Amino acid sequence: MEALKQELKEKIIDVLNLEDIKLEEINDNDALFGDGLGLDSIDALELIVMLDKDYGIKLVDPKEGKVIFKSIETMAAYIKENRAK
Amino acid sequence: MQKEVFITETNCITPIGFDVATNIQNIVGSVSGIQWHQNTDLMKMPFYASIINDEALNSAFAKISTAEKYTRLEKMMILALQPIVEKSKLDERTGFILSTTKGNITALENPSSDNFQQAHLGHLAKNVADFFGFATEPIVVSNACVSGILAVSIAKRLIQGEMFDNVFIIAGDEVSEFVLSGFNSFQAMSDSPCRPYSKNRNGVTLGEATAAVLVSSDKENAKIKVIGDGSINDANHISGPSRTGEGLFRSIESALAEAKINANQIDYISAHGTATPFNDEMEAIAFNRLGLENVPVNSLKGFYGHTLGASGLLETVIGIESVLESKLFVSLGFDEMGVSQPINIIEKNENKNMNYFLKTASGFGGCNTAVLFEKGR
Amino acid sequence: MVENKTYIQSFCTIQNNEIILEGASIFKLEPTLFSDFSKKAYQNFEMNYPKFFKMDSLSKLAFLGAELLLKNENSESKENNTALLFANNSSSLDTDVKYQNSISDPENYFPSPAVFVYTLPNICLGEISIRHQLKSENSFFIFETFNPVFMANYAKILLNSNKAEKVLCGWVEYYDEEYKAFLYLVAKEGNLEHKIETLLTEYNK
Repeated sequence: MEALKQELKEKIIDVLNLEDIKLEEINDNDALFGDGLGLDSIDALELIVMLDKDYGIKLVDPKEGKVIFKSIETMAAYIKENRAK
Repeated sequence: MQKEVFITETNCITPIGFDVATNIQNIVGSVSGIQWHQNTDLMKMPFYASIINDEALNSAFAKISTAEKYTRLEKMMILALQPIVEKSKLDERTGFILSTTKGNITALENPSSDNFQQAHLGHLAKNVADFFGFATEPIVVSNACVSGILAVSIAKRLIQGEMFDNVFIIAGDEVSEFVLSGFNSFQAMSDSPCRPYSKNRNGVTLGEATAAVLVSSDKENAKIKVIGDGSINDANHISGPSRTGEGLFRSIESALAEAKINANQIDYISAHGTATPFNDEMEAIAFNRLGLENVPVNSLKGFYGHTLGASGLLETVIGIESVLESKLFVSLGFDEMGVSQPINIIEKNENKNMNYFLKTASGFGGCNTAVLFEKGR
Repeated sequence: MVENKTYIQSFCTIQNNEIILEGASIFKLEPTLFSDFSKKAYQNFEMNYPKFFKMDSLSKLAFLGAELLLKNENSESKENNTALLFANNSSSLDTDVKYQNSISDPENYFPSPAVFVYTLPNICLGEISIRHQLKSENSFFIFETFNPVFMANYAKILLNSNKAEKVLCGWVEYYDEEYKAFLYLVAKEGNLEHKIETLLTEYNK
């Protein structure tokens, strides 16, 4: 689980081009959207693509993303439960 | 005193007709171009779209040219322009504007240096311009989904600025794998024919079309007068519209100020109405802020889908017929009110005398355009 | 239309790993990739705008130029009615090709919304508008080459019809590491007259 969280932080910084943010600045329970990392609607869509591409998870309803992408903690838990690769 | 500017000729090539009269006939009969397509070259999953039949396009094109070098989109553009250009002389005072979002983007599907050249919008414009022999350099407008209506505003300004006396505009876009996959990645595609302003709307249906007009300082054959315009950015987000409709609000305000009329004089609005949750809501808010909530409004996307860079001009062409024939056309696909602010959606075809007509559009990049028209007397 | 004189208030060029402001070189690197050059320029001028890193190359190029010419224009108290009038040759083709590659292999078909959104040339106008809060006229054109006659005419029309108080004009061309930006701010007052010859001379420097 720790390794997965670490991996997710790296991927998020890379995929979403968060050049100014360092790995250790992201806490497991920080809000990814809104006041936290300040991600926006395009980032949310990009995370849906990432789930599909890297973990074989297809979100049928994009609204599910709201809950899943709350924090690194919630993302990691969801991926662990649902991953197909 | 600014020079008066008119639209004197119109035409369009769409899935429901290759001239304006046929399009109007189909709109009156509530015939939509949107169909269910199973074409894995365009998208893996079946989808709804409004697509021009290839055979019909090729046979229409064969009547005006035997040349084989033209792409599908170029044929659609040439066909739309041909009947209105053939009546005119093309000199140094005649401008040519081409508006599109993606042009010949399908050329990128098979990489080669020729195809790469073809994907340049300037190359597309030159091919179309050379078919007719325009004497001036083509002006290409590529400003997302406002391109088609923005071109009318630009043509008017260039005539008022004394650059030209006449400007031909062609606006067009094609349904492609590129655009379908992109809108799909934005989770913005409707799983049924689009339903602008409806409660259960869930996204756009894409479409393809070309539309052509002649904008002129010569009043003689005027169909309608262009009396004001504005094209103002939201400065809010690159893919989502402003929640307050700020850019659209200001664009309409700017057009009204220039036209020196009040919002309550507007008789009809041909709106953008893409049927995404955010776009339609934003428009309802902007119209309310201007006190336009009782003005009859429609979106023609239920007939044509979202034809991107063509939509603003195509919908202007149809809107002009509405005004000239004193007929309001149904906003096809609308069922139950699905925006938080009241607006007066046209639910069935009806007769109405109109003097002032407003066309609006909004698009990616935060852009908005509003153009006001006045019926000639 | 009454011909009022217009003026070029400031101008800059970005090409060959160098930024030139009012004719003077203000930033230059040894040959490097545009991603590296643009990042170092961003850091050098302390732009402090993390969204910069999400932009495609065309938007980065336009953004850098606009940043240098508009940084003294922003005011808390007054809205800035500066129109954006931009053009280039290649539209958004650099990003179009990148996006097309993401959908061309059926085995590896992952269209990216963050790439797709930049497959429109006018997105760079949106980026500049957001950064400088310009709720103003904006339009993007495509020409074979920099077209000073059209640009000058259209900028004058915007000013003389009071659609804008100033116009930020830009030629922003980017395709596959080949790039050139030439931006200039046009207004009704100033010292350098806004003339086609002047534009051509400065563009070709």
